[in-house]
Amino acid sequence: MRRQVAIYGKGGIGKSTTTQNTVAALAEAGKKIMVVGCDPKADSTRLLLHGLNQRTVLDTLREEGEDIDLEDILRVGFGGTKCVESGGPEPGVGCAGRGIITSINMLESLGAYTDDLDYVFYDVLGDVVCGGFAMPIREGKAKEIYIVASGEMMALYAANNICKGVQKFATNGDVRLGGIICNSRNVDNEYELLKAFAEELGSQLLYFVPRDNMVQRAEINKKTVIDFDPAADQADEYRTLAKNMDDNDMFVIPKPMVQDRLEEILMAHGILD
Amino acid sequence: MAIDEKTLDAILNEYPAKVKRNRKKHIIIRDSAVEHQEIEANTRTIPGIMTNRGCAFAGCKGVVLGPLKDMVHIVHGPIGCAYYSWLTRRNKAKSEDPTQNFLHYCVSTDMQESDIVFGGEKKLARMIDEVVEILGPKAITISATCPVGLIGDDIQQVAKEARKKHGVNITAYNCEGYKGVSQSAGHHIANNGLMENIIGEGDMEDPPIRYTINILGEYNIGGDSWEVERVLKEIGYQVQAVMTGNGSYEDLKNAHVAQLNLVQCHRSINYIASMLETKYGTPWLKVNFIGIKATIESLRNMALYFGDEELINKTEEVITRELEEIEPLLEPYRKICAGKTTFCFVGGSRGHHYQGLYGELGISTVLAGYEFAHRDDYEGREVIPNIKPDADSKNIPDLHVSPDESRYRLKIPQERMEELKTKIPLSYYSGMNVTMAEGSIIVDDLNHYETEEFIKILKPDIFSSGIKDKYIPHKMGIPCKQLHNYDYSGPYAGFRGSVNFARDICMSFTTPAWNFMVPPWKDKPLLEGTVAQCNGAACTVNQAR
Repeated sequence: MRRQVAIYGKGGIGKSTTTQNTVAALAEAGKKIMVVGCDPKADSTRLLLHGLNQRTVLDTLREEGEDIDLEDILRVGFGGTKCVESGGPEPGVGCAGRGIITSINMLESLGAYTDDLDYVFYDVLGDVVCGGFAMPIREGKAKEIYIVASGEMMALYAANNICKGVQKFATNGDVRLGGIICNSRNVDNEYELLKAFAEELGSQLLYFVPRDNMVQRAEINKKTVIDFDPAADQADEYRTLAKNMDDNDMFVIPKPMVQDRLEEILMAHGILD
Repeated sequence: MAIDEKTLDAILNEYPAKVKRNRKKHIIIRDSAVEHQEIEANTRTIPGIMTNRGCAFAGCKGVVLGPLKDMVHIVHGPIGCAYYSWLTRRNKAKSEDPTQNFLHYCVSTDMQESDIVFGGEKKLARMIDEVVEILGPKAITISATCPVGLIGDDIQQVAKEARKKHGVNITAYNCEGYKGVSQSAGHHIANNGLMENIIGEGDMEDPPIRYTINILGEYNIGGDSWEVERVLKEIGYQVQAVMTGNGSYEDLKNAHVAQLNLVQCHRSINYIASMLETKYGTPWLKVNFIGIKATIESLRNMALYFGDEELINKTEEVITRELEEIEPLLEPYRKICAGKTTFCFVGGSRGHHYQGLYGELGISTVLAGYEFAHRDDYEGREVIPNIKPDADSKNIPDLHVSPDESRYRLKIPQERMEELKTKIPLSYYSGMNVTMAEGSIIVDDLNHYETEEFIKILKPDIFSSGIKDKYIPHKMGIPCKQLHNYDYSGPYAGFRGSVNFARDICMSFTTPAWNFMVPPWKDKPLLEGTVAQCNGAACTVNQAR
């Protein structure tokens, strides 16, 4: 059965990087995957495609009208992954949320969701800012949610907020939280903090990705780590994350916490004595 | 039968406790023994209640801007808002220059999904270019609909740039439907825009004649304004601008030269009236041209304001002549109307204004109210300082004007102004409540349920309101007179209008329509059956409906 995954997290936390590296590992293991970038910046598939996909769904829709073919908007990247960018308006104009809704509907009507896919990944912009950005979970497009976080307070705060959105839609549908992925920032006691945070939510720390400059080097070369240097230690980290995700069977309705409780956890775990 | 507190309570008891508490504040039984009866108004309707209210867009584009005939009114949004605000108020207009009347056009950017996603500013700018090129108006308005506010299109900036590009007066109104609690918010937004960008733009410095006036809050529904203007002209007044029925940009931009502003609908236009007073020193007089007595009183008050004997005499002469013309025509109608009762629930002024006309025909108003008025329209302007601003009212910006350095002129000496204020409603409106009869009901934001209940108890002979609730009384067998758009008739204002009104409601009273309808229970049996003979044994009965 096809797994539908959405990755959320605070802006700049490394959602796109983590998603693409994980996807590369899954592809390397033979999985058939489609990645749908839900960010107006349209940079969610840059590493898989070795450069930006300039043909976003919304741009194509605007330039060519409703009469478009799947190949106009879908590019094949590393390991046969299918890459689509939803795109959106320039900053400060229009409604990007509505754009994502339009874009996903368009993909569906064009038959992008083929039966042979093992995974569809949605890489969603920033926090759950409005209805449009919640679209993948609201409409049941994504069934499992992973939140990328780090030990920084604002990242946890955002992750907790996202859980509120997930909880809301999970109660009415079948979307579930699959876990927290830590993209390490090397802050104090980060692993314990994230573990405690994930457990407080009723979920799990799916994987702790250590910080490694290799990611940055690969990124500058417009590649994922597995693509850039398959033998690197960091490549194995992503392979393990991918394996954990593939084997994951813990899907829960998260229990977001009140601000006070969040701060308690930070006090208890976030400071090294 | 009258309604006492107990009956009223029984009606309200059907509501959940919280709703009852809320609605109770919006209903009063007129009791002059109480020094001041307060009513709650201009607050949010409780969701689920079937109200007659409209939205801010309806108030701005639909009511105030829409009737201005020589301007093109662009509706920025998906097509429905433009379509349903397209001349539906029956605000009539005639233009001396047929190439400068755009009222029959429905102009909209017809936003589509991609305009929502990528923003509609470019499409709006293109539309302005096209409007200028094809229609060539001297002025254009842009009214925002809900999605425009949500996606943040900067229509003010688009208007500003287009104004520079085309050299045409182009103004934008952020009157998204969700603002405020009713269309009242939209009136205010439109008032601010007209005052800030149009009134005073003209280069006239002096009034063409001494008796130059503006009529504010008159929308020429069914031709009302034309009937009022006919009489005013005969007396010797010159109407500079009507706001906004049959109004025009050309007249409006020179509205500052008027020596007196008449305010017909206080609710929708009192903002401009006050601002004109502050900026140009022009006092405003509350008038009412609905009903014979009210018209006469308004004409006399105007004459008194100018204070010239010749004008006063001419006013009396015209009044006498007009009365001679209409009194014989009204007589037969009075016989039909005598002793009847009515409900009078209209927007923001007519709920009050029509009570006088009804009264003159012999019809008493047993229930009245406003759809979207504020407390001052019920209780008088003296309560304005006591009205607590809330989040909804604070959402609508107040425009603050200051005296115009070169154009501010005292129209009459301060002393005389003070003296006049004791005699005529200058810069003052007393509201509806004081004129209502003892024991009559005053309801703010009347809803479907209450309409039915009040009709059941008070059994009025006629119900006057709008299209949204028209068919409730109809179904209860009570004739209904729309006072928002006059049901395809009019004018009803002034002297001759009174005759039209009397004729129309008498048609409702005397129509044989009900005689042509035979309800099924009158000519079809409700039960059908046969009687069988019983011979001691059990009998079978065939029965069918």
